Order: sequence, then structure tokens, then C-alpha cells
Amino acid sequence: MAEMTISTPPTTAAPPGETPGKVPRGGRRKAAVRRIRRRLVHLLIVLIAVTFLSFVVIDLLPGDAAVVVAGDNATPAQVAQVRTDLGLDRPMIVRYVDWLGGVVTGDLGRSFRTGQPVTEALAQRIPVTFELTIIAQVLALLIAVPLAIYSAYRPGRFVDRTSMTLGFGAAAMPQFVFGMVLIVLFAGGLTSILPATGYTSFFTDPLDNLRTIILPCLTLMIAEAAVYRQLLRSDMISTLQEDYILMARSKGLGPRTILLRHALRPSSFSLITLSGVNIGRLLGGTVIVETLFAIPGLGQMIVQAVFNRDYMLLQGGLLFVAVAYVVINMIIDLLYLVLDPRVRRDA
Amino acid sequence: MPDSPKTTTTTSLEKAAVADRDATDSEITSADLDLVEPVTGATATEPAKARRSRTPFGWYLAWFWIAAIVISAIFAPLLPLWDPAVPDYNNVFGGITPQHWLGGDTLGRDNLSRIIYGARASLLVGLCAVLLGAIVGGILGMIAGYFRGRTERILSLITDVVLAFPGLVLIIAIVAIAGASLTNLIVGLAILSVPTFIRLSRATTLVVTQREFVQAARAYGCRPMRIILREIAPNVVMPVAAYGFIMVGVFIVVEGSLSFLGLGIPPPTPSWGGMIAGGRTQLIEYPHISLIPAAVMFLTVLSINYVGERSRKLFEVRESNL
Repeated sequence: MAEMTISTPPTTAAPPGETPGKVPRGGRRKAAVRRIRRRLVHLLIVLIAVTFLSFVVIDLLPGDAAVVVAGDNATPAQVAQVRTDLGLDRPMIVRYVDWLGGVVTGDLGRSFRTGQPVTEALAQRIPVTFELTIIAQVLALLIAVPLAIYSAYRPGRFVDRTSMTLGFGAAAMPQFVFGMVLIVLFAGGLTSILPATGYTSFFTDPLDNLRTIILPCLTLMIAEAAVYRQLLRSDMISTLQEDYILMARSKGLGPRTILLRHALRPSSFSLITLSGVNIGRLLGGTVIVETLFAIPGLGQMIVQAVFNRDYMLLQGGLLFVAVAYVVINMIIDLLYLVLDPRVRRDA
Repeated sequence: MPDSPKTTTTTSLEKAAVADRDATDSEITSADLDLVEPVTGATATEPAKARRSRTPFGWYLAWFWIAAIVISAIFAPLLPLWDPAVPDYNNVFGGITPQHWLGGDTLGRDNLSRIIYGARASLLVGLCAVLLGAIVGGILGMIAGYFRGRTERILSLITDVVLAFPGLVLIIAIVAIAGASLTNLIVGLAILSVPTFIRLSRATTLVVTQREFVQAARAYGCRPMRIILREIAPNVVMPVAAYGFIMVGVFIVVEGSLSFLGLGIPPPTPSWGGMIAGGRTQLIEYPHISLIPAAVMFLTVLSINYVGERSRKLFEVRESNL
């Protein structure tokens, strides 16, 4: 789902180790390997299920891909010919296995509509969405982390209360509404300083690229920033109650050292998890923003593929999104091993 | 703080986690633990005494707004409103006048009336989808959390698959397959929300199952279904309901997003998302056509979030012991 509330949605990554458990034989490396192996099996199952599910879904879509490809004026014989050419006359399961075989060899097929290889289409679309996602995430974190740290340091004071209120507003703002407000403010009438729609590639014109992605990135970022602030703030407040913080304080360490060197890292696990999940989600889910600002990204491609019954394209898009989602979850899981020594022991 | 409620929380969590590892080799994730925390908070902290007692003004304001929207939506046919479907050519792009309090849209239909009738669609979609999703997900989650083992593994696999599928794409596909109608939208959104409710309910069940009264019921020889319904369900309902309340707001937004893409409730029926999308072409010249329904949607979601978040906090240990 594209929008979120302040509350933290459930995530999939692993725990920051609640049980102190026994130290396993073989040590850290072996634990990591075991963890990766288990994750990989899980990943494979999820991927197969997701792609199969999307085959079933597309099969259920009303309208015949062959009719769409053959055009409005095609005779039944032509349609039948197209159907045979595309291999649509075979049972679904055969087509699925065939497609899966292609995927293993790196061949995702061709778009029914344009004849363009799906891998090529993906290569065009993914960088655009990737750029939006990453810039929006970085912006959100840049805003959220300092605010959260200060809010946790002085809870209930001005900064905390103001950013809490603003955050509540931001989280309740639907993306398409916020995007429209931004267009009215910055691209309309007297204040037309930024383009309302369109996208220029970074390699064509870096400056223009910046101008075209400012508004979409702001739209994507605002609700995320609110959620991140809220999450990090409450995790940090509970970290600050730990004994070792008291210890650090009684040693006479300054607030800067305590907050940044002692409290930030152990407080950031939920934030990392959520941020990772969001990257995975956004890679396939910037549909609204891409539509509103007419940006040729992955989300737009997937939605168009649904409308056009272009199911090779849709399959490719969904495959990428699912891979991104699962792989990112796995990376987060492994990141815990690096960040949190407690997990290493009982992984 | 050695004697703070946090200590109790940690130990019960540890117990749950240990029990989990002993029972099967399936994973208990941080998400589960995060989700569990509110519940243990409610059961392990000392009661309301420690909490700030003054109810903020915003709380009443939020309830007032929600009540106003709900009541006017229910009684819309009785209110002295213009017909939301009839165009008035004197009111095309109309501004705010004594006749049309909130002006007119691109066809001159009365904005106020369309907002109130639109509330019916938006609220209906939000409430019904959440109710459906929460009931199905809640029950499946309790089953997974109570029986563990293979049932749990299969359910968590299904959950993962649905979550790995981009949500908006799934709902677009459902709407494209089954056609855009109120019922299909509700069912689609409910399907989308089931995995999250399964997780929440399963995580809560894992902890509740460790409690004495459940053990007692088990020792007593009660049937599993009875334990789930009589002992566990009452403890799972509150966190699920609090989360569900927030989901209503999310779904109002999702319905709006779908209308925005042209896949929401079909046009003659007014809906907030449809109204916002309808004014999009005139956004620069006549921003009020889009922005007024947008503001109403914003305020509604804001109120729901506010109320939901505050009620959710009643179950939370983290901040109440500050």
C-alpha cells in the first residue's frame, strides 16, 4: 500500500535477539551461513509462489491478450494465429514452467504490446524508480533522525511536540493529495518555478533531472519521515532508560556522546527494518506518484501492463518487485548480525 | 530502573521466545515482538494511575469530526442538500456562495452534497474491508499462534507471498478482474489486509497462550476451539481493533488513490477520491474543486489516526512508564 499511518506496520526481518541462548558450536560465520541458507530457501519458495500467483491472476483477467495484440479489426483466424504465435493456446501451467525456464536463463520474454524484450524495458524503468526511492529515503532519514534524537533527548518539549503534530499531519496526507498541493504551490500560476510533470534522465541533463524529481521525492518522503521520526523517538526513549546510559551519564559523558555513540545504534533496529521494507515496497509501489507526475518508472509500467493485458511485461515487473522485497528483507536480516552483537550469539 | 514494568515485559517476552524456539524451529521475528509489546504492556503495567490524566482538546475535536462525518453520511437523504448527481450549469466551477456553500465541481454539481454522499462510499469501503479483514485475519492468526507447527508454517508462507506482491498492483488486478464496484473493492482491500491481521493476531496469541489462565484451561481439558474463543480471543480483540481503526483511515486513502487512478467506485456515485481526481484537470485554475474534498479526506484520516494512536497507546508500555 502506498500510504501509511504513524503506527509501525509489522515487518519481516529478524529480531534483535531476545534470547541470550547458548553459544552455538561453529561460531559466528557458521551461524551467518545457516541463516543465509534458510533465508534463501524461503526466498525461493516465496518467489515461485508470487510469480505463479501472478500467472493465475493474469489468466483470470477479463479480455484476451491475443485479441488485444491482433488489434480491433482482426479476423478470428488472425486472432487464433496470434494466439498460437504467443503460445497462449497452451495450458497455463505449461506456459508457467516455460516462462520459469526462461527466467533461469535470463530471458524474460518480450512485451506483447511493443515486442520490446522485457529485460530491456526493466532496464529502462528500474533506474528511474530506484532514483526516486533512494532520494526520498535519504531525505526522509535526514529529516527524521535528527528530529527523533532531539525529541527523545527532550521529550514533551517544543521540538518534540511540534514535530509530532506536523508528523501526524504528514502521515494523514494521502500521497496524491500532497502531490497536488505541491503542484499548485510550486508549479501553478505565479509561482511556477518547477515543472508539474515529466522526467528528464540524469544523463541527459543533471540539472533538469533534479528539477523534475524534487516534487515527486518530496511527495514520497513526507509521510515516511513522519513515521521514521516517531519510531526512532520511541525506541530511543526506551534505550535511554537502560542502565548503561545511566552509567555513561554518571561517568560525566556529554549528551552528544551519549545520544550519538551510546544510544543511537541500539535504538535504530526497528528504523532500519522499516526503512528497508519501505525501499522494497516503494520500488514497486510508487504508482501514484509516477502517475501524478508522469514519470516513466516501474510502477507506471506495471499498472499499464495490467490495463493492456501485457502479461510478459507484468510478469517481469512483478518478478523484480518480489525479488527486491525478499532480497532487501534478507539484507536487513543479515545487517542485524553486523549491528547487533546479541544476534550473533543465537543466530 | 530495576523495578519498572519493563522488566516484566522483557521476561515474559523471553519466555515466549524461548517457548517458541522449543516448540518448533520456525522463526519468531522482531515484528512479532514489536507487535506483542502493547499487549504485555496492558497486562503487566500498573493501571491508569501513572498516565497523564488530562485528555487533550484534540481528542474531543477528533471525535467531533468523526461523529459529524458519520452522522451526516448516515442521514444524508434527510438533510436539505442539493442532489449530488444533478449538474447545475450556473454553478460550473462555482465559488463559495450562499446557495452552494462549498461551490460546484466541473459539472456544476454541489460540492457539499457530494462530499457528504461521498463519505458514505468512503466510510463503507473502509469499515467493511477492515471488519472483514480483521475477522478473517484475526481468526487465522489465533489458529496459527495456538496450534503452531505446520498450520503456522503454511499460514506464514501465504502471508509472505501476499506481502511480497505489491499491494496496489494486487488490488488493481482484483478490480480489473472482477470489475470496479463497491463490493469488489471491499473484498479486495480485505484480502490485502488479512496478512497483517494474521501477523498481529498470531503474535498476540503467542504471548497470551503462555499465561496462566490459558494453561489452566488446557489442564482442565477444554477443547482448543473453546480456549481460542473464550480465553484467547478476548485478549486479541483489543490490539486488533486498535490497529483496525487505523486501517480504516488507510483504506479511505487507498480507495481515494484507486479513484485517482480511475479504478475506484464508478463515477455517478460520488466518492472523495473521485471528486479529487475529477478536479485534477482544473487544478491550477480552480484548485478548490480538488482541494476541498482533499481537505475533508485529510481531516478525517487525521482524526482517525489521532484517536487510533491514542487508544493504541493505552496498550503500550514504552511511553507510559516515562
